Amino acid sequence: MKIYDAVVIGAGVTGCAVARELSRHEGRFLVAERAPDVCEGTSKANSAIIHAGFDAEPGTLKAEMNVRGNLMMDRLSKELDIPFKRIGALVVCLREEELPKLRELYDRGIVNGVPGLSLLSGDEARAIEPNLTGEVCGALLAKSSGVVCPFELTLGLGESAAINGVEFRFDTKVSGLRWDGELWAVETRSGDILAKTVVNAAGVYAGELHNMVCEDKLHITPRKGEYCLLDKTAGGHVSHTVFQLPGKLGKGVLVSPTVHGNLLVGPTAMDVDDPETAATTAGGLKEVAEKSGWAVKNVPMRQVITSFMGLRAHEDKDDFILGESVEGFFDAAGIESPGLTSAPAIGEHIAKLIAEKLGLKPNRSFEPIRRGVPKVAEMPIAERAALIEKDPRYGNIICRCEEVSEGEILDAVKGVLGAKTLDGVKRRTRAGMGRCQAGFCSPRVMEILSRELSLDLTEIRKSGKDSQIVLDKTRKEVSPDGA
Amino acid sequence: MEHDIVIIGGGPAGLAAAIAAKEAGADDVLILEREKELGGILNQCIHNGFGLHTFKEELTGPEYAARYIEKARELKIPCLLSTTVVDLQREGGGVTVTSVSRQDGLLQTRAKAVILAMGCRERPRGALNIPGTRPAGIFSAGTAQRLVNLEGYMPGRRVVILGSGDIGLIMARRMTLEGAKVLCVAELQPYSGGLKRNIVQCLDDYGIPLKLSHTVVDIRGKERVSGVTIAKVGQDLKPIPDTEEEFECDTLLLSVGLLPENELSRAVGVELAPVTGGPIVNESLETNIPGVFACGNVLHVHDLVDYVSQEAAQAGRNAAGYVLGRRASGGEGIPLVPAGAVRYTVPCTVDPARMDSEAVVRFRVGRNMRRAVVTLKAGDKELLRKKRPVMAPGEMEQLIIKRDWLTGSEESLTLEAREEE
Repeated sequence: MKIYDAVVIGAGVTGCAVARELSRHEGRFLVAERAPDVCEGTSKANSAIIHAGFDAEPGTLKAEMNVRGNLMMDRLSKELDIPFKRIGALVVCLREEELPKLRELYDRGIVNGVPGLSLLSGDEARAIEPNLTGEVCGALLAKSSGVVCPFELTLGLGESAAINGVEFRFDTKVSGLRWDGELWAVETRSGDILAKTVVNAAGVYAGELHNMVCEDKLHITPRKGEYCLLDKTAGGHVSHTVFQLPGKLGKGVLVSPTVHGNLLVGPTAMDVDDPETAATTAGGLKEVAEKSGWAVKNVPMRQVITSFMGLRAHEDKDDFILGESVEGFFDAAGIESPGLTSAPAIGEHIAKLIAEKLGLKPNRSFEPIRRGVPKVAEMPIAERAALIEKDPRYGNIICRCEEVSEGEILDAVKGVLGAKTLDGVKRRTRAGMGRCQAGFCSPRVMEILSRELSLDLTEIRKSGKDSQIVLDKTRKEVSPDGA
Repeated sequence: MEHDIVIIGGGPAGLAAAIAAKEAGADDVLILEREKELGGILNQCIHNGFGLHTFKEELTGPEYAARYIEKARELKIPCLLSTTVVDLQREGGGVTVTSVSRQDGLLQTRAKAVILAMGCRERPRGALNIPGTRPAGIFSAGTAQRLVNLEGYMPGRRVVILGSGDIGLIMARRMTLEGAKVLCVAELQPYSGGLKRNIVQCLDDYGIPLKLSHTVVDIRGKERVSGVTIAKVGQDLKPIPDTEEEFECDTLLLSVGLLPENELSRAVGVELAPVTGGPIVNESLETNIPGVFACGNVLHVHDLVDYVSQEAAQAGRNAAGYVLGRRASGGEGIPLVPAGAVRYTVPCTVDPARMDSEAVVRFRVGRNMRRAVVTLKAGDKELLRKKRPVMAPGEMEQLIIKRDWLTGSEESLTLEAREEE
């Protein structure tokens, strides 16, 4: 039976980052994921911010990983061919008496080693961000803050790992873990997987996994955050990520352009019991709308195209839990904000620990470059014309709102970790992410999936195994005599 | 490539505009259509009831489209199918139309005039901010209609419909005929947004309840819809606590409004009207950009295709007049001001110096009215008074302004609808 050097549990951004860093070494590595695709849990629904790193307490893992992760992002975005924009962030203060707190944040950033920080007056802040409200009396500008696409980052890391030999097993939920003194047996529905080391990157389930094998228990609370996403016509409402300084009124919500040019508003914060929760609430969406107006005026909430909810895996000790918790069992747990930013650094950190423990040799043929699906609509005219001439399928528009072509969808389906579902296609190409929210393209994408994967339309799913889009064929034609 | 008139969209509006332009003497007309067939949304509307005004008979959607497609063929009007227009830009005195397709690749076409006939799209769930989960089984009614009528697949078995727009009503009947159980149609407003005849023929005839002043307040189900909660709403359209009713269903269809699809119009600098979401046009159906005309659902959402065809023919004739140098462009015109229950008018201005002997004004009212009276005034001077026994937001209205009524010195014309005193 095959013995892996490491099995990573969870194909979110953390698991995929660990996997990619492991693949810089010679060895057998596998990622086990309960969902049918990468990026199906915490990684898929968050603020998509690459934080500067002034928020976390100096000396914490959060502070260290955040600053390091942020620094890694320029190179990573080039290697992985994913969009990343350093648009900068403004933390705005709404009450004079809270200005010292803004100063504290600045000082903390300096201690954490964050570059490009400066304190602004209210007017200076409004000069660079005209839609800030008159209440804004000061702001911390963090130039190194950025926005990224969480799907593309996770997929890029995952595909890069796969290109370098890491195996991925989807629809593979880990039900138990056994240590026989030498190896771990990772229990799944399709049998045990044997490994020298295990990495726990299971997001909101990381506590459950950790507690299966460790005496020292973790307590992870899923913390729910609701967001509204606005049309690209609203994307220019602000040009920086605008945070509110937590104060008397509470934590507030952020208002930010996304890397694709939409406007994102949120999140709320509410602890929940159920890690399967996925529902938005009327109260939560109302809160998002109200709070967005504290710092930014006239947020055009009529242009909301969708709302969603994400879970943060909050651990009681309020820091990341990284490292070997018992023999051969490595935690990457409690990964909440700034988890997306920190993921590349966490990957490096965990992979280094494993490589040292197992004495893994460097992988001399490691290929850092991964190519994503081309963004045909963003190409200069001549380049686009040439591409369509070479492969006419790039001229067949399937998603009208985001202008995604058949060629791009085929690339997504045939990719290294190919899309198998509507959500999979959506996250790889943006087909269905626009203002009509897949009303136009979903039957067309279903046809392509059906053709390429040799499935009947009734077998095409949105995401999970019970998420069929159409349930039956229509009635057979009835002849005039009713037979 | 160069053409006199490029028409964007080969649905009912684009077809009628092309035919009228050609018949008015414009020889060089091209239709660009993103689907592989002409006809637009009519192709999936296999129910009958189309063409009562135009042809005095009840046709199905594809039959109605076929009459225009045949005519366009007879007139040898060229069209590029499976061709999506991705950009419009003003250049020189005309417009450059950028399109892509499998067969022709990327094309840039220079047009002297452009007719916008892109139609509309359905408002999605996200725009309503309905709380709950995000499982499979939530469809806009038109998407469901395509799946059933063109693909031959059923989106679900137990169905709740939110919104009583015409497509939702038609789909209530269609799903029932295909063996699904439609539990109810919930409508936020105290009135239906659909045609009366559709409420009778699609809901009443099948015993499907229409719950006015109700909305969906929760969607359940992790992977596939397992149920929805419907609550009554008050006059402020907000849900009233403790009126919730749960429905077990696997499908939620949304028929909650249509939005004119004006991304390309915006790209070329066309000004849009906030009420309709469509271009602001003068009596020639010309936008603020000289030589760019608009008609059909991209201009404002229509209830009957017959009116789309009429309006589009007018746009086609005027575009022909423009390229042949017979019709002046621009100018101020007399503003048409909606008042009382009138929500908007198309056109927004009328220019007596340019208009034909008559101009059609189309409009909608914002509430249900009985014993209504519609007046058109220039200052205190009443130009027209019409009694209407019933008026409804779901039904488009129209009236005719005669050139003879106008002196040209009017500051504005006011179109008002109110209940008779």
